[in-house]
Amino acid sequence: MSALALVGATAAAAANAATSATSASAANAATSAADASPQFPVLTALVVLPAVGALVTGLVSRRRPEAARQVAVLFAVLTGALSIGALVLFKTGTPGFQLVDKATWIKDLDISWFLGIDGISLFLVVLTGVLFPIAMLGGIPHHDEKPFYAWLLMLEAGCMGVFLALDLFVFFVMFEIVLVPMYFLIAGWGYERRRYAAIKFFLYTMLGSAFMLVGLVATAVLYQRAGHPLTFNLVTIATNQGSIATTTARWLFLSFAVAFAVKVPVFPLHTWLPDAHTQAPTAGSVILAGVMLKLGTYGFLRFGLYLFPEAATWFAPAMVTLGVIGIIYGAVAAAMQRDLKRLIAYSSVAHLGFIVLGTFAITTQGLEGGVLQMVNHGISTGALFLLVGMIYERRHTRAIAELRGLQRAAPIFAAVFTVVMMSSIGVPGLNGFVGEFLTLLGAFLTRRWWAVVGATGVIVAALYLLWAYQRVFHGKLDDANADFGELRLREGLVLAPLLGIIVFLGVYPKPVLDRIEPSVKALVAQVENNGGQRQPPVATTGTSAREGTFVRGERKGAGG
Amino acid sequence: MIGAVVAQVGGPVAPIDTPRVVWHALTPLLVLLGGAVVLVVVASLRPRRPRIGWHAIVTILVALGAIGAVVPLWRDVHRNGPFSVMADAVGVDGFSLFLTVVICASVVIAALLLDGYLRRESLEGPEAYVLLLLSASGGVIMAGANDLIVMFLGLEVLSISVYVLAGLHLRRLRSGEAALKYFLLGAFSSAFFLYGIALVYGATGSTNLVRIADFFARNTLSDERLLLAGIALLLVGFGFKVAAVPFHTWTPDVYQGSPSPVVAYMATGVKAAGFAGLIRVFVLALGPYRLDWQPVVYWLAILTMVVGAVLAVVQTDVKRMLAYSSINHAGFILVGVQAATRRGVSSALFYLAAYLFMVGGSFGIVTLLGRRGDGRHRLADYEGMGRRHPVLSMLFAVFLLAQAGTPLTGGFLAKFYVVQAAVEARSFWLALAAMVTAVISAFLYLRIILAMYAGGDADEEASTSEAAPPGRLRVPPMARLALAIALIGTVGIGLVPGPLTRTARDATPALVSGGR
Repeated sequence: MSALALVGATAAAAANAATSATSASAANAATSAADASPQFPVLTALVVLPAVGALVTGLVSRRRPEAARQVAVLFAVLTGALSIGALVLFKTGTPGFQLVDKATWIKDLDISWFLGIDGISLFLVVLTGVLFPIAMLGGIPHHDEKPFYAWLLMLEAGCMGVFLALDLFVFFVMFEIVLVPMYFLIAGWGYERRRYAAIKFFLYTMLGSAFMLVGLVATAVLYQRAGHPLTFNLVTIATNQGSIATTTARWLFLSFAVAFAVKVPVFPLHTWLPDAHTQAPTAGSVILAGVMLKLGTYGFLRFGLYLFPEAATWFAPAMVTLGVIGIIYGAVAAAMQRDLKRLIAYSSVAHLGFIVLGTFAITTQGLEGGVLQMVNHGISTGALFLLVGMIYERRHTRAIAELRGLQRAAPIFAAVFTVVMMSSIGVPGLNGFVGEFLTLLGAFLTRRWWAVVGATGVIVAALYLLWAYQRVFHGKLDDANADFGELRLREGLVLAPLLGIIVFLGVYPKPVLDRIEPSVKALVAQVENNGGQRQPPVATTGTSAREGTFVRGERKGAGG
Repeated sequence: MIGAVVAQVGGPVAPIDTPRVVWHALTPLLVLLGGAVVLVVVASLRPRRPRIGWHAIVTILVALGAIGAVVPLWRDVHRNGPFSVMADAVGVDGFSLFLTVVICASVVIAALLLDGYLRRESLEGPEAYVLLLLSASGGVIMAGANDLIVMFLGLEVLSISVYVLAGLHLRRLRSGEAALKYFLLGAFSSAFFLYGIALVYGATGSTNLVRIADFFARNTLSDERLLLAGIALLLVGFGFKVAAVPFHTWTPDVYQGSPSPVVAYMATGVKAAGFAGLIRVFVLALGPYRLDWQPVVYWLAILTMVVGAVLAVVQTDVKRMLAYSSINHAGFILVGVQAATRRGVSSALFYLAAYLFMVGGSFGIVTLLGRRGDGRHRLADYEGMGRRHPVLSMLFAVFLLAQAGTPLTGGFLAKFYVVQAAVEARSFWLALAAMVTAVISAFLYLRIILAMYAGGDADEEASTSEAAPPGRLRVPPMARLALAIALIGTVGIGLVPGPLTRTARDATPALVSGGR
C-alpha cells in the first residue's frame, strides 16, 4: 500500500515538474508577488494530488476496503497539509494573485493552466483542504468503500481547481467536473430518494452552466473583437475593462450569474438543494454544504464583481433583494421541517443569503464578512451534518418527532451540538457572529433597509435551531432513544478541529481578516474604478475611515 | 478498336478528350476499393469459418493503409495548397483528407467490433467487411467530391452498402425491417437529392462545384426560384443522411434494428460523410447564397437538437435512446455548419472526430451487452450492470458522460468549439439553445448510468425478474482493443486537445480548379 502511495507521489511530482518550468515565465503576468513564486508549484499540487489519490485509491484491490480508506485519507490529509502550506507561504498584505502557476494548455485559444491564490480564495482552499479529510473520517460508507473514496478525492481536486483557476476555460472545466463525483456519491450512497436527488442536482447545475458556457465564450470572443488577441485569461480580460460594451457586459454577467445562482443557491433556484443535501450520504452533505455551495458565491466574487464590475453594481439591488428573500425564506422553511437534515439544508439557504447580501453590498466590510461567512458556514454546517449523520447512525431516523431527550442519554454529544448550533445561529464569541456582523455592517452602509430585514433572519435562525434542539435533546427520554450512544472518541477527534476553528475564529478573527482585507479592498477598488458605485468613506478601514462620520461643520471646525 | 468501328459507321470523329488521372491523389480511395476487391476474392477461396478473424484484420489493415496514404497527401496540401484532379471532379484539400481519416477510423472501430459480433451470432463471413470497405470508399468520394454527380455517386456507394449492412443479421426480423425501412426512405432521399442536382444544374449550367462557385462570382441570377428549389432539395437529401429533423424518422428504427457494430459505423462514418457533402456543397459552392440557406439550417439545427434531446428522454430502449442522442449530436454539428465560417467548419470537423470515439465506444459496449441475439437493449436489462461488469460499466459511463459534454473529455471540447463558432457568428441564441438541449440530453445519459449503478425506476424493476441474468459476459480481444481505442480517444482529446484542434483548424475546405 505504501508503495502505491509512493508511486502516486512521484507521479504527482513529475507532473508538477512539467508545469513548474513554465510557471516562472508566466508569473509576471499580473501579479505583484511574481518574485516570491516558489520552485515547488504548490497550487498545481493542490489539484493534482487528490486526483492522483483518486487514481491510486481506484487501484487498490476491491477486497481490501480498509486499505482503500487509508490511502484515500492519507491523500486527503496530505492535500490538507499542502493547503496549510499555501496558507503559510501566502504573503499577508498584498492584494494580487500569489503562488501563480501557468502552463499553456490549448495554444490556439490562449487557454492555459493558470492558477493563483489571493486573500479571497486562500481560506476557501484551506477550508476545502481541512474539510475533506474530516468528511472522509466522519462519514463512513456501508458498502463499496473504494469508489466512494475515489469519488471524494476526485471531488476535492475539482473544488480546489475552481477556487484556484484564473483562466475562464479552466474554471469552467473544474466547475462542471465537480458534478460528476457528487452525482455518483449521491446516486450510489445516498438515502431513499437518492436517484431523484442526484439527477435533479446534476441537471439544475448543468442548466446553469449551460448559460455560463455561452457567456464565457462570448466574453472571450467579444474581448477579441475589441482588438485584443483571443484569450481566456481572467486577469487580462478583467484588467482591460471597457473592451466589452456596457449593455453586453450586463447580459454576460447575467449568464454567469445564473450558473452561480443555481450553485449558491439564490432563492428561486434553490429547490435542488434540500433534496440533494438530505439524500446525500453524510460525507457528501458535508462537502456539498461546506465546500460546493461556496463555488457559487466565490464565482460571484471572481466572475461577477471582478470580471464585470459595472454590471455587478447594476444588478446589485436585484441580487441583494434575492439574498434577503433567501435569508427569510430559508429560515421560515427551515422552521417548518420535520426532518432534521432537511432543516439544516434549508438553514444553508438562509446562510448563503447572508453571503449574497454581503457580497453585493460591495463594501469592504460586506465583502470581508461574505468571505469569512463562507468559511464559517462551511465549518459549522459541515459539523452539523456530521452530527446529524451520527444521530442517523444510532437511531436510523432523521425525523425530529422520533428523537427526544437525547441530552440525558448523551450529554457530551449534546454539548458539542450546542456549540456548533450556537455558531450557526451567530452567537457572539463564536465564528458565525463575526461573519454575520460584518456582513450586516457592510450591507447597512449601502443598503440600509435590506440589512434591517436581513438582521431579522438572525433571530429566526435562533428560533428554528433552538426549537429543533429543544425537541431533539430536551424532554423525557423514551424507550426508543434510551440507548442512544455517547460521543465516541473517534467521532470526537473528527469534530475537534472544527470546534477549535469555531472558537478561534469567533475570538480572534484578525489573522484571517488581515489576509482577506487587501484582496477585498482591491476588488472594491476594481468596482469603483469601473463605473460602479462608490462605497461611503466610512466603509473604508484605516485612518481615513473616520472622515466619513464627520458632519460637515465638525470637519470645518477641526480644520480651522 | 471500338473507335475504329464507330469511325466506320458515323464517319470521322474526334477522339474523346479524357482527363488525365493523377493516381497518387486518389490513393486512399484506391486502397479502400482495392482492399475490398482483394478481400472478397481471397475470402471466397478460403474456408467459411476461419479460426482467426483475419477478415477483420485485413479490413483494419486496409483502413489503416488508407489513413497512411493520407499522410503524404496532407503534407503536400499543407505545403503547396489544395488542388483538384480528374477534370476538377475530385478535390484534394485538408477537409477531404481529414474526413477520410475519420471515416477510415470508424471502419477500424466497426471492424474490431464486428469480429466478435459475427462469431457470437454465427454469421461469419467476409461480406460485412467488404461492404464496410465499399461503403467507406463511398464516404471518401463524398468527402472529396467537387462535382454534384460525383457526390451522388459517392452517396449511393455509401448508402447501398449500408442498406445491406443494416440487414446483415439474417435471423433477426428487426434487422431485415431496418434494412427495408432504411432502403425505402434512403431511395426517396436520393431521388430528392438527384432532383436537386438537376435544378441546380438548370440554374447554373454546371454540376461542378468549382464552376458553380465561379458562376456565382461572375453572374447575378435575375430569377432565383429554380436555384432555391434546388438548394432546398439538396438540403433534404443531406438532411436525411445526417439524420436532421424532420428527416430523421428512420433513425431510431434503423439503429434499433441494425446490428450494433453496424450502427457504430452508421452513427460515425456515414454521418461524417453526410456532413462532408453538406459542408462542401453548402458552405463552399453555395456560400454566396448563405443568406438564403443559413436561416433554414439555423432552424433545422434547433429542431434537430430539441427533438433529439426530448424524444431521447422518453425512450426505454438503450439503442433507441442513443439513436435520438445521435440526432441531438447532428444538431450540434449543424450549429457549426450554420456559422458558415472557417471556425464553424473546423468545429464541425472537431465534433465529428471526437464524436467518433465516444459513439464508437458507446455502441461497442452496447454490442457486448446485447448478448447473443443482439436483443437485450431495454433499459431494464442494464440494471445492476455496475456490479456485474464494473469495468464495462465504468467505460460506458465515461462514454455517456463524454456525450453529455463533461469536461476533460472530447465531448466537452466538441461542444465548446461549436458554441464558440456560433457565438463568433453572432448566433447567441442558437448557442444557448444548443447548451440547453445538452442539459436535456444529459438527463438521458444519467438515466442509463443510474440504471447501471443504482438500479432502475420502480416501474421498471418489475420487468427485470422475467429472465434470469445470462452467464458470464465474454469480451473478445478485438472488442477490447476497440474499447481501449475509444477510451484513449475520448479522454485523450479531452486532456490534450491541442493536436486535434490544430489539425481541424488546418483542415480547411477549398474549391480550386486544377492544380498539379
